[in-house]
Amino acid sequence: MIAFGQFLEVLIGGLMSGVLYSLVALGFVLIFKASGVFNYAQGAMVLLAGLALVRALDLLVANGFPLWVAVVLGIGFAAVIMAATAWLIERFVVGPLVNQDALTLFMSTIGVTFVIEGVAEMIFGSDVYPLRLFPTDAWFLFEGLFPGGILVNKLDVWGALIAGILVAGLALFFQRTKTGRALRAVADDHLAAHSVGIPISWIWFVVWLAAGLVALVAATVWGTKLGVQFSITFLALKALPVLIIGGLTSIPGAIVGGLIVGAGEKIAEVYLGPSIGGGIEYWFAYVLALAVLLVRPQGLFGERIIERI
Amino acid sequence: MANIARNVLILAAALSGAAFSAPAVAQNEQFIPILSYRTGPYAVNGAPYANGVVDYYNLINERDGGINGVKILFEECETAYATDKGVECYERLKSKGPTGAAFINPLSTGITFALTEKTATDKIPIITMGYGRADSKNGAVFAYNFPLLGTYWSAADIAIQHVAKELGGFDKLKGRKISLLYHDSPYGKEPIPMLQVLAQKYGFEFTPIPVTHPGVEQKSQWLAIRQQRPDYVLVWGWGVMNSTAIKEAAAVAYPREKMIGVWWSGAEPDVTPAGDQATGYKSLMLQHGAGKFPVHADVEKYIYAKGKGSTEPAKIGEVLYNRGMTNAMLGVEAIRKAQEKFGKKPLTGEQVRWGLENLILTAARIKELGFEGMLKPVSISCSDHEGARYGRVQQWDGKGWKVISDWYTADESLIEPLVADVSAKYAAEKKIKPRDCAKET
Repeated sequence: MIAFGQFLEVLIGGLMSGVLYSLVALGFVLIFKASGVFNYAQGAMVLLAGLALVRALDLLVANGFPLWVAVVLGIGFAAVIMAATAWLIERFVVGPLVNQDALTLFMSTIGVTFVIEGVAEMIFGSDVYPLRLFPTDAWFLFEGLFPGGILVNKLDVWGALIAGILVAGLALFFQRTKTGRALRAVADDHLAAHSVGIPISWIWFVVWLAAGLVALVAATVWGTKLGVQFSITFLALKALPVLIIGGLTSIPGAIVGGLIVGAGEKIAEVYLGPSIGGGIEYWFAYVLALAVLLVRPQGLFGERIIERI
Repeated sequence: MANIARNVLILAAALSGAAFSAPAVAQNEQFIPILSYRTGPYAVNGAPYANGVVDYYNLINERDGGINGVKILFEECETAYATDKGVECYERLKSKGPTGAAFINPLSTGITFALTEKTATDKIPIITMGYGRADSKNGAVFAYNFPLLGTYWSAADIAIQHVAKELGGFDKLKGRKISLLYHDSPYGKEPIPMLQVLAQKYGFEFTPIPVTHPGVEQKSQWLAIRQQRPDYVLVWGWGVMNSTAIKEAAAVAYPREKMIGVWWSGAEPDVTPAGDQATGYKSLMLQHGAGKFPVHADVEKYIYAKGKGSTEPAKIGEVLYNRGMTNAMLGVEAIRKAQEKFGKKPLTGEQVRWGLENLILTAARIKELGFEGMLKPVSISCSDHEGARYGRVQQWDGKGWKVISDWYTADESLIEPLVADVSAKYAAEKKIKPRDCAKET
């Protein structure tokens, strides 16, 4: 019974962690789904959003603003920063590269990553900035059934709730709005979409803005978990296997991929790790991703792209 | 705005590898490279350390006009704590200045491992104060390595001494569970052999638990700790890994009072991100802790009053700033010692190595240098490149570090056989003929 309780705890903890990875993965999916660009800079965008939020928040609180006002204004400021970033990226990076191949666009986002990281730390500082927007303590469930109970972290639950709301909102946006449908059209073929009157510049600004706002949401959760700091950019690496498993074009896939990665890596680390030296969860997630790639190269929920020659 | 301007300057200089001091090479200057990391995941710990180093070299130049008139010329090179970049920085800077690098201080055990053979070939000492290869204490084999003030084997022994004291004696260790949560890198792995020796001697159950770089995700490790319920968790982390460990410990309700970090897991950036959750957390001290001592007054007077400081004045006296200053001071004193033999002029790495190996800092000299209270006497020799192996334990009370123990001295009778064994294997593998320390002068 104890062993089962412990397994449940690891499984639930893993699923919850996976949802937090999904929060970052969603930004990747958004941009890929809408523009066909694999945005390597998503992790850096989470850092930038987090730094803008926490530094504004600290400044406002230090100047006597009530916390809730500071939070609202801080989020507003960070959103403006992300909008400015989206405009700059569209204007100076992806805009001039319209109709270039996917690899060129991908390489450009690598450049964007380093610029964002450097400029963000230059403007907002490179310390660790604590952010406390959500509770970080834990519930211990079913204590009567399992000794010590089953631990569920409150921050993880908040993360799951937020991810759920985001997915629902984004799904509605893509399926039910004119802009959402235009985004999908641009993703299929930049030039064709342009020829039927879809303003590509505007569409790409919107999609980078949306990804920036998703990055801001991810930053609120991950910033509370880790403190806002450079290491947040490493979350991009945690999101990659999620994307491979869920599919680059599927928003629900990002969630399911996250759940599989989170649960898989935690169970592997806790139950398999000790017998082979531990520290396996990073690469184990990629083992899962490779297994999915071999069976479904487009991911579990990704679109199968057939090009006629 | 001033902060932004400073950040711009520091980042621009660090990223370009540009010198903070005048780049022109004069003939009466001693060149010292600074391998630092002001960017990347470990910048929060690397930057305050580098600030301490830079401020101390500037102090020597501004207050004393250099070391006996020989100005210090230094240059930072950004490693981002990456071994490949560290090696690249070393190769780029080792020949700079009129006599090449006086010594190198990589602030990374991984870079230390990568450079150990190169520095011996190039005859440039590698100072690894409180880190690096523990077996390099044996100067007979590692002529150019100087793991000053404490190796990780000394740290491991001191940590277990403190655990024994808290439990009421070494006999109380028997049957206890002690886990090591470590950064999965050469740094984090270094204490494992010593802890295995200690576990065997005292009869406690030792479990190493690795955390993958950079340490942002530790849920599975802490769920495992929750299941295993160890009596103590030793933390061998760096950067974000430390604060994340404290937060995850709080999340699984593991008492922070039962966590003891190594001296690289006991600075302000390790606890402040965790807020109240860090209260009660303990760490070893590499002798010094936070706080200001007479040398800080000089730094404020000669450097900060002139607007030449490398950080915010409020950060003077933080743990890692003080460590950077201490490290810089030991290097400067080694050069000063070497000047006694080779003359008051820029010296080669080989000459500075002699200075390091013959460096003795008495309590009176430490007081004279303004480090009284930060450091106990140091005596380095051919057979002992560590020079001192003292430590204390501090505890975070939510606002600051409080020293909670007396001084401990690492048990040489346990460490020395391991040093002899591992260094002998290294010598055999690399075909190094150990020096006869009795004949060294």
